[in-house]
Amino acid sequence: MRHQTLNIAALPARAGVSFKPEHFEAIAAAPQPVGFFEVHAENYMGAGGVPHAQLARLRADYALSIHGVGLSIGGRQPLDRDHLERVRVVCARYEPESFSEHLAWSSHETTFYNDLLPLPYTDETLTRVVEHIDLVQSVLKRRMLLENPATYLDFAESTHAETDFLSEIVARTGCGLLLDVNNVHVACTNRNADPAAYLAAFPLAHVGEIHLGGHAVDVDEAGAPLLIDAHDRAVADPVWALYAAVIERAGAVPTLIEWDNDVPSWPVLAAEAEAAEAVLAAARRGRQAA
Amino acid sequence: MMEPHADPEIYDAFAGALLSPEADLPAGLSSWTGKEPQRRFGVYRNNVAHSLVSALESRFPVARRIVGEAFFAGLAQAFIRVSPPRSPLLMVYGDTLADFVADFPPAAGVPYLADVLRLEAARGHAYHAADLPVLDPAVLAALPPDALAGVRLVPHPALRLVASTHPVHTVWAMNREGETPQPIADWQGEAVAIARPGLVVETHCLAPGVGVFLGALASGEPLALAAGAAAASDARFDLQAAFGLMLAGGFFAGLAGEGGSTTPAP
Repeated sequence: MRHQTLNIAALPARAGVSFKPEHFEAIAAAPQPVGFFEVHAENYMGAGGVPHAQLARLRADYALSIHGVGLSIGGRQPLDRDHLERVRVVCARYEPESFSEHLAWSSHETTFYNDLLPLPYTDETLTRVVEHIDLVQSVLKRRMLLENPATYLDFAESTHAETDFLSEIVARTGCGLLLDVNNVHVACTNRNADPAAYLAAFPLAHVGEIHLGGHAVDVDEAGAPLLIDAHDRAVADPVWALYAAVIERAGAVPTLIEWDNDVPSWPVLAAEAEAAEAVLAAARRGRQAA
Repeated sequence: MMEPHADPEIYDAFAGALLSPEADLPAGLSSWTGKEPQRRFGVYRNNVAHSLVSALESRFPVARRIVGEAFFAGLAQAFIRVSPPRSPLLMVYGDTLADFVADFPPAAGVPYLADVLRLEAARGHAYHAADLPVLDPAVLAALPPDALAGVRLVPHPALRLVASTHPVHTVWAMNREGETPQPIADWQGEAVAIARPGLVVETHCLAPGVGVFLGALASGEPLALAAGAAAASDARFDLQAAFGLMLAGGFFAGLAGEGGSTTPAP
């Protein structure tokens, strides 16, 4: 089933924004300086009404990324075929430039937990994730991007580093990667690891999109920093610095600002996208000059 | 061939501890600090609980306003433990919350809460229902006069009917965001029709007998039988007004059957 029939359309290498319905009127009022919008697939699985009216309008004017949060690709059990079919229908309806999902699980037995839960990185979980991605790509007839998770703890039984695990998934499935730079900062801080080393080991050539978002800061019972991937505030300075370093290495990559909770006004969100766009523009100029 | 499973326990243990605050930390989890990652696991527990409570809060804002944030959060947490989501389709999660509340002792003092939840759940379904044009009154006007009595109608996908022994529409309307609840002098049951002729969900409080009339039509009864059932249920039933509301409100999408719907009722 490998790839010659897969759609590998790509997002423009510009800054995009996760779409929130409360911004619809502001966005529709005038052309916006954003390269694409991203939506969660699960919010567009109803039959009709306002969600589809808004998304159809956005889709007419902008590139689109559809981001799934419910396939549970890292789960122990087979994928939910009904849910995969719903994802297929949403993708067929909007023909997005990109579809992405997470290296995480959210369903187990009969329960959907609505969170991106972590998995141990072992040969067995690798085999299962690869099977699941193969199935997703064959049903959707498109290459998907897989996102690195924000994690808060480790599994004693893990035998692979996350970057090796992701590289192996890419090699076996032909999928691309969604590099969430905030997740790198969050997970590395939470593991007392060096994010620069993580990024040095990350297979950047396969990255089709970058996510930037805000995180909350807490501490654990040992007094160690515990960062939480909250998407409830502006992108933090250390994340911007990591992002700039990634773009310097990789060149311009489609970059999304995620802000899902305590959503700000449209101008505040658009300004975050402009900050990312400035980094991308500098990279484009640098490449032209070289 | 057996599928190799070195790690079935970790998923089971992890999942099992997510919805149970009192459950032990799953074995096999670690932190670089060397301490038991209790607070780290707590982030996942908290994410699950918070996100599911939020999903219910956003579906049932009026019920939440009636009972208050703290009570609603407690109700939601109790419901989640008994009926966690079975699918990632959270837009329909909570359809059974009304039934749960009816048997939830702490809510016994708010006997109309279950019907407010039913009304809000119905509005949610109408919001996401398929886009379909509503029945054009000209279609009915073009029928021969003797055919009208036998007409059967196809409900619009957004149509939902909620009947209550409480004044559910009045309670719902006065507890919406921005409204101020008032005492209800005459506590009477109300029937509600929810429709979405365009993109906006509309909620109609129905005059006597109209709920019965619409319910009969929606279940496929011909017009004359539906009108008869409505009149029998309430002598105040006004067929002409009900008919007008039905058309203006966009409750139906068309005539049942491909033109074969004018067969007289048996």
